[in-house]
Amino acid sequence: MAKTKNSIWVFGDYRNYFQNRVTLQLLSRANELAAKKSAEVCAVVFGHDLDEWIGEYIAHGAQTVYVIEHPSLKNYSIETYTLLLETLARAYLPEIILIGATSFGRELAPRVAKRLSTGLTADCIGLDIRTDGLLVQTAPSFGGNLLAEIVTPDSRPQMATVRPGTFQEIPHDYEATGSVIRLPLPDNLPQDRIRLISSRRMPDREKKIEDSRVVICGGRGMGSKKKFKKLFELASLLDGEVGATRPVVYSKWTDEEALVGQAGKHIKPMVLFSFGISGAIQHTAAINNADFIIAINKNLTAPMMKMADVAVVTDANQFCTALIKELKNRIRSR
Amino acid sequence: MVSELPWDSRTGTLQREIAEGMINPACRHAIEAALQIRASHGGQITAITMGPPMAEEVLREAVAIGADKGILVTDRHMAGSDTLITSFTLAKAIEHVCGKFDLILCGCQTSDSETAQVGPQIAAELDIPGVAYVESLEIDDRKVRMQRLSDNFIETLELDMPGLATITTQGYSPRYVSLSGLEDAFDQADIEIVDADDLGLPYDLLGYRASPTKILNVYSPTAEKKNIVMKGAPKKIVEQLFEKYSDKIGGAIGKDLKLVKSK
Repeated sequence: MAKTKNSIWVFGDYRNYFQNRVTLQLLSRANELAAKKSAEVCAVVFGHDLDEWIGEYIAHGAQTVYVIEHPSLKNYSIETYTLLLETLARAYLPEIILIGATSFGRELAPRVAKRLSTGLTADCIGLDIRTDGLLVQTAPSFGGNLLAEIVTPDSRPQMATVRPGTFQEIPHDYEATGSVIRLPLPDNLPQDRIRLISSRRMPDREKKIEDSRVVICGGRGMGSKKKFKKLFELASLLDGEVGATRPVVYSKWTDEEALVGQAGKHIKPMVLFSFGISGAIQHTAAINNADFIIAINKNLTAPMMKMADVAVVTDANQFCTALIKELKNRIRSR
Repeated sequence: MVSELPWDSRTGTLQREIAEGMINPACRHAIEAALQIRASHGGQITAITMGPPMAEEVLREAVAIGADKGILVTDRHMAGSDTLITSFTLAKAIEHVCGKFDLILCGCQTSDSETAQVGPQIAAELDIPGVAYVESLEIDDRKVRMQRLSDNFIETLELDMPGLATITTQGYSPRYVSLSGLEDAFDQADIEIVDADDLGLPYDLLGYRASPTKILNVYSPTAEKKNIVMKGAPKKIVEQLFEKYSDKIGGAIGKDLKLVKSK
């Protein structure tokens, strides 16, 4: 492969607020990585009416923004976006391409990697530059039980998708300047073979458990469906969302939608309350990224209690009642 | 399920020999989707997997559930393939054994590493349209219409066959298979085994050697948690908890939870 330019690219994923945040988080980390190898940080963005995003990316650390703007790119389209990113990568030879691990990013990245015959690490939770300049990508492996450090020694670009929330964005800098390179839509663009018939935003899931800063998870140790419902009252006091384990969902104490686990939602709250959960690995694999865990269980030896910051040995249901009461008191006393 | 898969905590490699016999949950849903399509539109279902010889059991299970036949792609030269090389090898095998396919369905992710990359990469390798995270699909002549939730958008998409879809665990709940059905399939299943030579693939394009990504190191995330234990009456513990962590909890919700004593 031809000699690559010393640049780190971040794919501009802006379709909703959440995706835009991961792009900004990646720009921030790309700047830290770039400092270690004197590289340039670039954002790449496709779509229509992009000025807002171009400005945003520059304000958050992009030194250069590659832009392909055209009305026909208004909706995300996997085949066209793949082709555009492939074409730009072949033309400008970036050393590294980082893509947010959103649904779209996880569909785009493997295709681009395949077209460029290069390596891709999925769903990274850590990125660093080794002394020899290689990108070290840390990603969960084997259902989140282990972490693997992965490198792409010989192929370029080195590509990774990164889990949203892994890195902190840098604050908006109104003074920042960057260069904008506008490129035309290639003329011979083939017709997209995947036709978008309809697309609508889901308003209901706007507030999602995956993004919630506080999550209250409940297991069978809550005792009954009726007692489980108390967690919702607690959640509303804490501005959080309720999650559940597989047995709770099976018992129909709450909807499948609330399942936190390998086959359900993966969460990364700042505070996680875990009520009456023993901690089967299918569940704990999905909560590895919680910052602070308070687990309540009668049994101190439960795996969930072992991985908690605070392990409360008592009846989950009674503790929930006491916590609700105390919270109401504290919130009222303001 | 995923984490029931036996991994060797010392080397970090999956003990695939033991792990086999457990079809990925998402792949079960994909098989169910295929069965429903066959029930209303006819066709033949071929289950295909790549892995060590023991992976044949997965295919026997797929046949027991209802697939017409199974193809096992196995060769020691294929060991250690990353997703780029896995998708390359599988695409070559698909071209070799059933090049006239109409539709490829994959589980949207595998259980061992959840990369969700192989499906989209097979579509790219075969240069066919492919859609990930499909929750339901309908077929009308040569058109496939699919519904999915992608990020926050409910999308309806359409492609012309041949195409590929990766299926989530949201729709297509797998059917129950009786034990006797399983036993019959284990005795009678039509399983074809193909290796690198059958596919005419040079060894240096396969396996770990050809894979662009290399694993440097695998480790167990060490617990940095303090693991403070609190015991006693719920009310007392709640007070203790707020005494120590009201900042932490309050910070997360943007409220001050320190108690203000009313006078």
